[in-house]
Amino acid sequence: METLYLIFIDPFVQMAIEPAFLAEVLIGGLMSGVMYSLVALGFVLIFKASGIFNFAQGVFVLFAALNFVGLMDLGVHPILAFIITLGIMTALAFAVDRLVLRPLVNQNPIILFMATIGIAFFLEGFGESIWGGDVRPVRVGIPDTALFWETGFGEILVLSSDLFAGVIAAFLVTVLALFFHFTPVGRALRAVADDHQAALSVGIPLNNIWVIVWAVAGFVALVAGIMWGAKLGVQFALSTIALKALPVLILGGFTSIPGAIIGGLIVGAGEKLFENYWGLPLLGGATEEWFAYIVAMIFLFFRPQGLFGEKIIERV
Amino acid sequence: MTRPGNILLGVKDISLRFGGVRALTDVSFDIHEGEIFAIIGPNGAGKSSMLNCINGFYHPQEGTITFRGQQRRRMRPYEAAAQGISRTFQNIALFRGMTTLENVMTGRMLKMQASFVEQALYLGRGKREEVAHREKVEEVIDFLEIQSIRKTPVGRLPYGLQKRVELARALAAEPELLLLDEPMAGMNVEEKEDMCRFVLSTNHELGTTIALIEHDMGVVMDLSDRVVVLDYGKKLAEGTPDEIRGNQEVIDAYLGVSHD
Repeated sequence: METLYLIFIDPFVQMAIEPAFLAEVLIGGLMSGVMYSLVALGFVLIFKASGIFNFAQGVFVLFAALNFVGLMDLGVHPILAFIITLGIMTALAFAVDRLVLRPLVNQNPIILFMATIGIAFFLEGFGESIWGGDVRPVRVGIPDTALFWETGFGEILVLSSDLFAGVIAAFLVTVLALFFHFTPVGRALRAVADDHQAALSVGIPLNNIWVIVWAVAGFVALVAGIMWGAKLGVQFALSTIALKALPVLILGGFTSIPGAIIGGLIVGAGEKLFENYWGLPLLGGATEEWFAYIVAMIFLFFRPQGLFGEKIIERV
Repeated sequence: MTRPGNILLGVKDISLRFGGVRALTDVSFDIHEGEIFAIIGPNGAGKSSMLNCINGFYHPQEGTITFRGQQRRRMRPYEAAAQGISRTFQNIALFRGMTTLENVMTGRMLKMQASFVEQALYLGRGKREEVAHREKVEEVIDFLEIQSIRKTPVGRLPYGLQKRVELARALAAEPELLLLDEPMAGMNVEEKEDMCRFVLSTNHELGTTIALIEHDMGVVMDLSDRVVVLDYGKKLAEGTPDEIRGNQEVIDAYLGVSHD
């Protein structure tokens, strides 16, 4: 009885008693959710355009952040460092296309997937041998102060860095959405994602498109890396945290950009709420590590295509 | 009503194999400028393979394809598109997530000259181009009478209209040679009549040379200037619709005997 009360009634009573705390938990969750969304976005871009599940996307985030921080530590201005890193990520996209994807074109998806695992390990080692394995703080002048927000039902504490990350992510997502919907290149990208053969027949060269997609994914990884690095410092654990994008993708659907964003927000907010209202009182905490994966598993049972993914219909 | 023009596309001794399967064996024919050319034959005769060779999806092991006097080897599909060959597919290959308008716009992809950055940022030349192409696309949309579905995602359109959008996308590229793979398959009589009208007016008003695959013999005989018949990957006959109708071999292999 006691347990049932703790599961089904007490958490909601708590929420009603202290709405300010609920709001704080929710905001914190949504902010980390934005980070998951950014990483998931990189996965979706590549998966949509080339049907490849890029296991290395998480390492892309790390690698981009490492380069950015490394350059800044050498005394390069943040904006210049950003541009140089963008160049490095574009070069990386080129290299991946020429050295890995082209030789393997028309192979099974599983083989391409294995190749991306290879890319992941290579980049991780390569990054470490160049920049070393220390945790480096990112100082790009993102203000990190606590803001107090007075509301009708109490004071809410918001970290300005969280707020900043949220704004940047929202901006990035908007730019990408505009890019995909209103420019010829964006249209070409969506065309390739829809139907390779038809795209070829109207004269879209697939190879160039792949380079562009990987470069855009690199750009998204860079932004995610900086935001995350600013929060936690640039460390090798980043590539593991980035794997949280997997449950996000299962939730949102592998082929949907809005799905990646909303999936990220749901996972972020969900795990914080669960941790604070159910995890801590019932299980002693540390539920944030696995909560997202359990949700993903439940989704796989009942809605394997995700919230926004394309319905999997096979005609017999 | 054959209008003898220069040879636009010459196919010479084409052989195509997939492993041990011979899809095409020593097929030769010429498509002349301004004509409607039909490729017919039973299922599995190699008709679609032939179109796929012409637009570069397949590379025949032997033989040559000459387009506008230029012989080519191992051409890629986007190169064929750039040279003025557009096509539609047997199973509609539209970009299902996009609207009619966006689908037709992709047909203009190759005509866009602005650099990637200009396009991406929608600046200067990129913007002017987009506007100019949009005008051309609206012309095509008017021509094929699909104004009312401009903003509809094509996945939601009925089959007949999807086929028409696919034709619009191919026409937006202003092709010299238009390849139609079963443009009327699965259509009802009314839709077929519409499609015939569009194929004819494309040919007459825009002067586009058309090569088409079709199973409806009534349609083929009405539309085409000349017909080639394939069977088991080999050329069985070539000639005007009347000649084909009277050809005994073709009747045996494909048309069948009329019992009247």
